[in-house]
Amino acid sequence: MDGENRIEHRFEIKGGDFGNAGNVSTKIKDILKEIGIPPSIIRRVAIATYEAEMNVVMYAYHGILNFTLTPECIEIIVNDKGPGIEDIELAMQEGYSTATEEMREMGFGAGMGLPNIKKNSDEFEITSEVNKGTKLRIVIYLNKKQ
Amino acid sequence: MNRKIKKMTLREIKELLKCEVITGNDNLDLEVLSGGGCDLMSDVLAFGKPGMLLLTGLTNAQSVKTADIVDIKAIIYVRGKKPDKEGIELAKKKGIPLLSTKHMMFEACGILYSAGLPSVNETEKND
Repeated sequence: MDGENRIEHRFEIKGGDFGNAGNVSTKIKDILKEIGIPPSIIRRVAIATYEAEMNVVMYAYHGILNFTLTPECIEIIVNDKGPGIEDIELAMQEGYSTATEEMREMGFGAGMGLPNIKKNSDEFEITSEVNKGTKLRIVIYLNKKQ
Repeated sequence: MNRKIKKMTLREIKELLKCEVITGNDNLDLEVLSGGGCDLMSDVLAFGKPGMLLLTGLTNAQSVKTADIVDIKAIIYVRGKKPDKEGIELAKKKGIPLLSTKHMMFEACGILYSAGLPSVNETEKND
């Protein structure tokens, strides 16, 4: 197996676009389903991607989601331009949220997003720069159960 | 508490909660494995399990998008609420039946729980 077996997709996510929020994750889920990836893995990818996508919609101005599927794993990298996160450790705590009323009306902002992404990932990295943006790297293995 | 738990078809659930079917009338023989009541989609993403029934008061399209992501079988909107048009369209496309009951969340959950529908917590991990 080599580089020929990679599938890559690039998606744009618009900040504040609640109407389309979730559409990228839905597309990724459909792609994985069509390829025949096991449902339990699809679910973890879909949940992690959906949370990451919602974060861009809710907090950032713009984001790019790069999706790569190899024979070993699925890698999702989300790069956004936005306010960034000042205290990542705090943001990773369950229940901590800076969500607005509008976000809560959409059913989000419970402070579960980042912890839930981590829970569903085999590898998870987050880096952020205040007033610049945040980068997430999520890896889910195809052949190894957690 | 000793409770006999069982899977339920949407048809049984529809009768118990006197639901109106918004979409998915042809799919009422679908079986749901468990149930959960929640308005917070972040929580649904954290505790939801495949094959579950979601009871919610959140009527925007996000309820359906979240259900699709988590492989939720069907949604019941409580307190006579109805989802928005976008949600209904998406549910039709994804084959997720949507129902509406006049019962409040507490009552609707209580009726299904007493009838034996397990909570998501009571079911085995499905993956």
